[in-house]
Amino acid sequence: MMFCSAAPCAVALAAGFPALPLLAAAPFTTPVGVAHYLVVGAILFTTGVVCMALKRNALGVLMGIELVLNGANVNFVAFSSSYLRGEGAASLGLDGQAIALFVILLAAAEAAVALAITLNFYNNHATVDVDQADDLKG
Amino acid sequence: MSGASIGLLAAFTPPLAAINWHSVLFFLFAVVACACAVAVVLADNVVRMAFYLVLSLGATAGLFFLAGAEFVGAMQLMIYVGGTLVLLVFGVMLTAQAPFVAIKTSSSDRVLAGLVGAALLVVLLQSAFRVDAWRRPAVADPGPPTATPLGMALLGIRVDEPAAGSPAAGGSVAVVRNGYLLPFEIVSVHLLVVLVGAAYLARAKRRRTPRAIDVAASSTGPETAAREARRSSTSALVSGGRP
Repeated sequence: MMFCSAAPCAVALAAGFPALPLLAAAPFTTPVGVAHYLVVGAILFTTGVVCMALKRNALGVLMGIELVLNGANVNFVAFSSSYLRGEGAASLGLDGQAIALFVILLAAAEAAVALAITLNFYNNHATVDVDQADDLKG
Repeated sequence: MSGASIGLLAAFTPPLAAINWHSVLFFLFAVVACACAVAVVLADNVVRMAFYLVLSLGATAGLFFLAGAEFVGAMQLMIYVGGTLVLLVFGVMLTAQAPFVAIKTSSSDRVLAGLVGAALLVVLLQSAFRVDAWRRPAVADPGPPTATPLGMALLGIRVDEPAAGSPAAGGSVAVVRNGYLLPFEIVSVHLLVVLVGAAYLARAKRRRTPRAIDVAASSTGPETAAREARRSSTSALVSGGRP
């Protein structure tokens, strides 16, 4: 009773992605829209989250953070673009690009501090394995 | 190539005039960005991870150019690829001792992270396709270049769109639309403080106990005196050689 059979599940999944056939139909002749950019941003964000959770090297965790911020930036730029805007759709305008610039700046600042902390940890513990950073564990 | 194969090729590829080169370039950059991001996750070697990250962020800058955000794309290349990643590569070089180049993750963790990532991806894609306006084909209006309005907005003046109520928008009141002067200043000071703090955190520590070689040097008096004499004679030679 609790388990849905395969067919309704597939229908529900297809209802969730109504544009998949549209995206795959004629990729090189139709202009790209905001949804294309959102797919790229979603993939970058997901790989960044997995990278943050999976890597044991502290620098690998930093690279995951960069990927996450970059995925968010792709979405901001896509929403602010007047080139990708559909017929009659609203656009963020210049605000999205300004926020993307601030995100890039803050990512640079974050990378500098996180790298300094990593180097400090390496000097004190002679390792960059984040699993070894358990000094504060009770 | 025979005529039949050319005909077959023509049947499956659109005519050259119908190809939207903007879309072709978009798919090129998008595939590079996504494939290199996945390679960052799958690679074990931290040096290769840094290289794939450079490729992924560079392809993302190409996507920004294609979206009409030239200034953001240029900043992405200069700050991210040129600055932040160089910083990361220096971190890799400073800490890449043999046991830390490739730290393996257990396979059960990999499976769990893959499941969580797939669930997150499904949710994000579903929400990306939910809104009808985002799925409409683009009107492909290039719009004006954005570098100048963006620079003016960072200085506090909006020239891209008139504020509601201003004379340009049909009103009679002079309304100043706020730009980004205050966030710009805050971010500038923030960046300065952060860089000073990072330099302070990562500085070389002074050793609390003197090194054995220093102790030995200070205990041997005549040798030190001879070295001092040699150094002063050298400096005298240098200063005397100047015109």
